[in-house]
Amino acid sequence: MAAGNYLPTAELTASGRPVLYPGEIESSLLSSVDLLSEENPNFPHLKSGLLILTNHRLLWLPNSTPVSSPTPVHIPLSAVSHIFSLKKSIKSVFSTPRIRFQVSVTSEGRVDEKGLRSIVIALVLRGKSDPEAFLGKFWEALKVRAWEEIKVGASGAEAGSSSGSRSGEGSLALRMPVVGVAGILRKEQEMWESTDKSLQDAFQDLNALMSKAKEMVMLAEKMRLKLLAGSNNQATGAAEDELGTKEEMQDWLLSVGIASPVTKESAGALYHQQLSRQLADFVRIPLERAGGTINLIDVYCLFNRARGTELISPDDLLQACSLWEKFDVPVMLRKFDSGVMVIQNKAHSDDEVFARIRSLVTKPDALQSGVSASDAAMTLGVAPAMAKEYLLTAEGKGLLCRDISPDGFRFYINLFQDINSDDVYL
Amino acid sequence: MQKLGEFKLPHFFNYPPYFTLQPVRDTREKQVQLWKELIIEYCRAQKVFIIGLEEDFPLFSNRAIERSLSHEARVAFLSALVSDGRAEWTDKGHKKCLILWHRIQEWADLIVHFVKENGLEDNVTTVEEIRSGTESRGTELYGIDRSVLMRALKLLEHKGKLVIFKGASTDDEGVKFSL
Repeated sequence: MAAGNYLPTAELTASGRPVLYPGEIESSLLSSVDLLSEENPNFPHLKSGLLILTNHRLLWLPNSTPVSSPTPVHIPLSAVSHIFSLKKSIKSVFSTPRIRFQVSVTSEGRVDEKGLRSIVIALVLRGKSDPEAFLGKFWEALKVRAWEEIKVGASGAEAGSSSGSRSGEGSLALRMPVVGVAGILRKEQEMWESTDKSLQDAFQDLNALMSKAKEMVMLAEKMRLKLLAGSNNQATGAAEDELGTKEEMQDWLLSVGIASPVTKESAGALYHQQLSRQLADFVRIPLERAGGTINLIDVYCLFNRARGTELISPDDLLQACSLWEKFDVPVMLRKFDSGVMVIQNKAHSDDEVFARIRSLVTKPDALQSGVSASDAAMTLGVAPAMAKEYLLTAEGKGLLCRDISPDGFRFYINLFQDINSDDVYL
Repeated sequence: MQKLGEFKLPHFFNYPPYFTLQPVRDTREKQVQLWKELIIEYCRAQKVFIIGLEEDFPLFSNRAIERSLSHEARVAFLSALVSDGRAEWTDKGHKKCLILWHRIQEWADLIVHFVKENGLEDNVTTVEEIRSGTESRGTELYGIDRSVLMRALKLLEHKGKLVIFKGASTDDEGVKFSL
């Protein structure tokens, strides 16, 4: 496009919003604006677009998206050397307002702040507008020179508007009142404006993210279809390489969070396999510390905390655990009757736990007053919730029976089986 | 040995889990069995005919170990007796339970025995006398629940062993045996 030779292109998001620089804030939008140079006919005459003034640039965006619409362009404010005041005359009252300003250009005529020559550009405000107000903002933006602000020192709370004061900036900046009612109002304004800015930034990020996400999803879909097509026409002599590539692709897909369609029945794609092994390694130490039985929920928290980023979902965890059956790892997933799921060492034996429980409940004070989950927890060296699961399981096997009272939920050795109806009196 | 009145309590009465309804099937079966037997024995010994679920039935609590049966547990054990034919709910709301530590047939047999023992075969007597007269003192019939007695008598009447008729006073019925 011809405009590209004279004016730098403005980047847009997928939804047509301009991509702003860090710290760039929009301050004015005008519709139906022409951009042209009265003195140079070769300079592109851009018609009836959207003009956006920010604290860094002037952007011109084409109105709609017909096939042959011109590219969006911008003029960095750093290239603007002078703004002309509005001509006030009888003639100007009835004609379309124009805003003229001088910009530096290169010898080829391209707008550039380092350009040694200059031309005058005019904005024709054909839509509803307040030229005076716009001009005021234009002046402010130019004066403040926000694009020169060092990013490291800037904090969100201090972000001023295009007409805000810059504390610490050169004496050229206007000093606004900071005391009294005016000061309070000023501060309110600043706070509101910084919130506004944050919101704008956030939406900016969201737009960028959404456009990227859309690209990613499209790409992933292509990959997925390719994989599906690949698996459907598997020749018997399919090269190992091909399969290898396919596995890699599946792995890649999974790592960006998309399930691969071809691995439903198989042992699980590489991603879950790797995760599964990593989990088995990780869980060793917490398992020891927890006395050989650890609640799955606790593992979920510990594992994700250790990972820091790339958190896994509860589903991932469950899948990783269920894959253990297929490998030779020393840990296993176990589900109690109550539904509580725990991780245990394969070497763990319930019988051994029951033997310890039996010896606990046959102690003199336990015969008298039973055993609570916390008592068992101390003896077995596991968490009380785990101990309770074991006690319930032992009860289910007929080893224990329960006693529920205001004193709590306790377990006794099961004497019912030993009671002989004929011999009930001591 | 612990007692409830004159009644000797079994040692497992002091075992706290005995008072908590056990969820595990085998354990529960044993527990229910023990309670059924205990209730029958107690009622027989104390001549208790009606157990009210919302009243304080001494057998259902053990102060010494601070335990007592929940409402659910009481219903469970009494229902088991009902299923065995050893008890009957007297109301739809299952608030009162009639304990048949003798089945009606057994009561009938006891009445027949009583009549023979006392030579009342051809006599006329009243219902009230059967349950509180001098002859019945010291027998199981003494103090029998009136409705239970009536049912036993009706059973015998149905077999032609006696006839029940309205007595002289409006409160009491007469019984003529023809064994």
